[in-house]
Amino acid sequence: MDLSFSAEELAFRDEVRRFFKEEYPKDLLEKRSKGQVLSKDDIVRSQKALAAKGWAAMNWPVEHGGTGWTATQRYIYEEEAAAVDLQPLVPFGLSMVAPVIYTFGNDEQKKRFLPDILESNVWWCQGYSEPGAGSDLASLKTKAVRDDDHYVVTGTKTWTTLAQHADWIFCLVRTDGSGKKQEGISFLLIDMKSPGISVRPIITIDGGHEVNETHFEEVRVPAENLIGEEGKGWTYAKVLLTHERTGIAAVARSKRSLSKIKKFAAKQMNGGLPLLEDETFRRRISEIEIELMALEMTDLRTLAAVSLGGAPGPESSILKIKGTEIQQALTELAMEVSGYYAMPFIPESLEPGWNGDPIGPEEAVGTASKYFNMRKTSIYGGSNEIQKNIISKAVLRL
Amino acid sequence: MDFSLSEEQILLQDSVVRFVQDEYEFEKRRKIISSEDGFSRDNWKTFAELGWLAMPFPEEMGGIDGTPVETMVLMESIGKGLIVEPYLATVVLAGGLIKEAGSPAQQEELIGGIVDGSTMMAFAYAEAQGRYNLADLVTTASQQGDGWVLKGSKCVVLGGPSADKLVVSARTSGDQMDSNGISLFIVDANASGVSRRNYTTVDGNQASDITFNNVSLANSDLLGAEGNALPIIEKIIDEATAAVCAEAVGAMEVTYQASVEYAKTREQFGVAIGQFQVLQHRMVEMFMETEQTKSLLYLAIMKLAEGADDAAKTVSALKAKVGTAGRFVGQQAIQIHGGMGMTDEMSVGHYFKRLTMINTLFGSVDHHMKRFAQLSD
Repeated sequence: MDLSFSAEELAFRDEVRRFFKEEYPKDLLEKRSKGQVLSKDDIVRSQKALAAKGWAAMNWPVEHGGTGWTATQRYIYEEEAAAVDLQPLVPFGLSMVAPVIYTFGNDEQKKRFLPDILESNVWWCQGYSEPGAGSDLASLKTKAVRDDDHYVVTGTKTWTTLAQHADWIFCLVRTDGSGKKQEGISFLLIDMKSPGISVRPIITIDGGHEVNETHFEEVRVPAENLIGEEGKGWTYAKVLLTHERTGIAAVARSKRSLSKIKKFAAKQMNGGLPLLEDETFRRRISEIEIELMALEMTDLRTLAAVSLGGAPGPESSILKIKGTEIQQALTELAMEVSGYYAMPFIPESLEPGWNGDPIGPEEAVGTASKYFNMRKTSIYGGSNEIQKNIISKAVLRL
Repeated sequence: MDFSLSEEQILLQDSVVRFVQDEYEFEKRRKIISSEDGFSRDNWKTFAELGWLAMPFPEEMGGIDGTPVETMVLMESIGKGLIVEPYLATVVLAGGLIKEAGSPAQQEELIGGIVDGSTMMAFAYAEAQGRYNLADLVTTASQQGDGWVLKGSKCVVLGGPSADKLVVSARTSGDQMDSNGISLFIVDANASGVSRRNYTTVDGNQASDITFNNVSLANSDLLGAEGNALPIIEKIIDEATAAVCAEAVGAMEVTYQASVEYAKTREQFGVAIGQFQVLQHRMVEMFMETEQTKSLLYLAIMKLAEGADDAAKTVSALKAKVGTAGRFVGQQAIQIHGGMGMTDEMSVGHYFKRLTMINTLFGSVDHHMKRFAQLSD
C-alpha cells in the first residue's frame, strides 16, 4: 500500500497544469470561475480543446483514441480539472454511447461514429427513460418495427438531457414484445433531424431547461443504425450503465466545492465572527469532509481494481449513492452559508454568459437553484433505491 | 386540556380552504406569481373582506381580536395553498410591531390601513453581516434637529416591493451587537433616499434589498421607545416564526399526502411503487415527522397565546424541527415522485421550494438549535 506519486506521475501532473494554464481557452476558464453557464458553442469549444490534446476520451481503448491513462493518472487529471473548474464533459457521446459502439458495433459503425464523438463534432443525447419506464427501464414501450431496410420508430422518451442541442440520439427500443421484457429490446442510433421527431422542453424546479420529452412518430431509421444484434439492447445498455456509474462519485469536484464553501464561509459573519469559525458550522463541514475522504479512497480502490482488468462491478453502486449524497449535502451547506441570500432568484443567472449584478454576495447567486437541481442526482442513472437493490442482490446476495 | 378548534376557528379554516380551492388552483397561482406585482391585489381585497387582515388586532384598533391560534389556522391553510400574498409581512410582522409598540395615532392610521387593505407594509430587519441575529445592526438613525436621519441597508425584506410603509430597525446608540440602543421607525417606502431592488424569491414570493441613504424622519416616525426595541422585535419575530411554521406544517401535510397518492398510482415493475416496503417506511416517516412538527406547533402557539416565559424557547424548538422535518419531507417527496418531482409542472416541487425557504427564514436549524440551548436550563 502506497499513496505517493511516482516521478512520472508528478511529471504528468505538471503537464496537466501546464495545459490548463497555457493551451486550454482562457476565456472559458474565466467564465467558469465566475460561475457562468457556458453556451453550447463554449461547451463544444472546451471539448474540442481537450480532444486536440488527446484528453477527451479517458476510458476509451487507445486504438480508438483513448488516453490509455492509469487509474492514478485519471485521478490526477480529475483533481487538476476540478481545480480550474473545468466544464464537465457532456457524457452522452464520449462516455455513454461510444463504449457501446466500440464494444458492440461493427467496423462500419465504429468508423462512422467514433471520430465525430471523439472530436465533439456531433452532440449526442440519451433516449432511455419513458413516461412509464423509469426505475423499471426494461418495461419501455417505444417500438421499432422493421420495414424492409428501415425501422419505423414510434413512442416517447423522457428526461432527454440537452436534446435541444443534440444531433443524434441513442435509444433503447422494443423490437419484440412477445417474450420477457428484457428481451426484445434493441439499441438504435437515430438522427435527430429525421422527420417525425419533436422535442418538448421540460422546465425543472430550479428554473432551468436541461431535460426534454422527445417524441417519435413513425420515424424511419435505416437498419444499419442498429448496434449489435436485434433484441440484445438490454445487455448492451447494462454495460453502458456501469460506465455511467464510473466517475459518478465526482470526488474531485466535491473536494473543490467544499473548499469553495469554506472560503465563502470565511467571509460571511455570524455573531461578529466568520461563520467558518462557528463550532456548529465547523462540525457540519467536518461531517461531510470525512465522508468525502472515505469516498475518495473507495473510489480509488474501485479504479485500481478496474485497472487490473475488468469492468467496475456492482460495488460501483456505492460510488453513486455516496457520491450523490455528498454532492447534495454540499449544495445544502452552500445555502446555509448564503443565509437570507439563498432566497433571491435571478432567472437571468441561468442563461449563458450572465454577468449581471448579484443580489448579496456573488457566491450566493444560484445556491438554492443548485440545491434544487442536485436532487436529480439521487433519481437519475438508476435511483439510489435501485442502487441499493443492486448491492443487496449482487454483493450481499440477499 | 383541549386541542380542538372552536366553532369560529373551524369556520375560519373552512373559509381559507374554500378560498384556496376557488382562487388558488395551480395554474392560477402560476399566473399570479408571473404578474407584475407577483401577487393579486384582488385577492388582497378578498382577504380584507373576509376579515383576515383584521385578525390579530384588538377590536379598539378595528380588529377582531384573534389569538395566535387564529393566525395558526389561517397560516396552515396558506401553507396548503402556497399563497403568495404578503400576509406575513403586512399583518403578522409590521402589523404586529405597530400593535405592540405603536402610539394611538400610529395604530389608528396604520392598522386602520392594514385592516381595510389600503396599506401594505413590510418589516426591514435583516442585515447581511447580521445573518439571523436581530441585534447585529449597522444601520443607524441619528438625531438631527427634531427628527432623525436613517442610514444603512437591509436585505431580503419580504413584501418589500409592494410595501407602502416600512418598519425599519436601526441602531440609535451603542455598538454593533448591543442589545440596547435599537429603535424602530416607520418609513415611507417612497421617501427620498429610500431605494429598493425588488425581486422574486426562489419560492415565488416578493422581496427587496433596501438602501436608506440619509433618509429624513420626523420624531413621530419613531415606533415605541427609543433604544428599547429589541424585546419587541424578538417577540414579534417569534410570533411570525410560529406563523410561518404553521404554514410549513400545512405544506408538509400536502407534500406527504401527495407522495402517498402518487405512490398508489405510479406503477413500476408491475406494481404500484407504494407496494415497496422501503418506500412505505419512508412515507411513514414523512407522516411521523409531520405529526411531531404539528405537536411542537401546537405547543408553541399555546405558549405564545398565554404569554408564557418559555414561549421563545418553544418557538426555537419548533423552528428547528420545521427545518429538519420540512427538509426531510420535501426531499423525500421529490425522491418518491422521481423525475416528475423535479419538474416545474408538478406542485410537489413548489411545496419543496417553499419548505426550503422557510428553513432559511428567521433562522436556520443551527441558529434555532443554539437559541434553544441558550434558553434552556
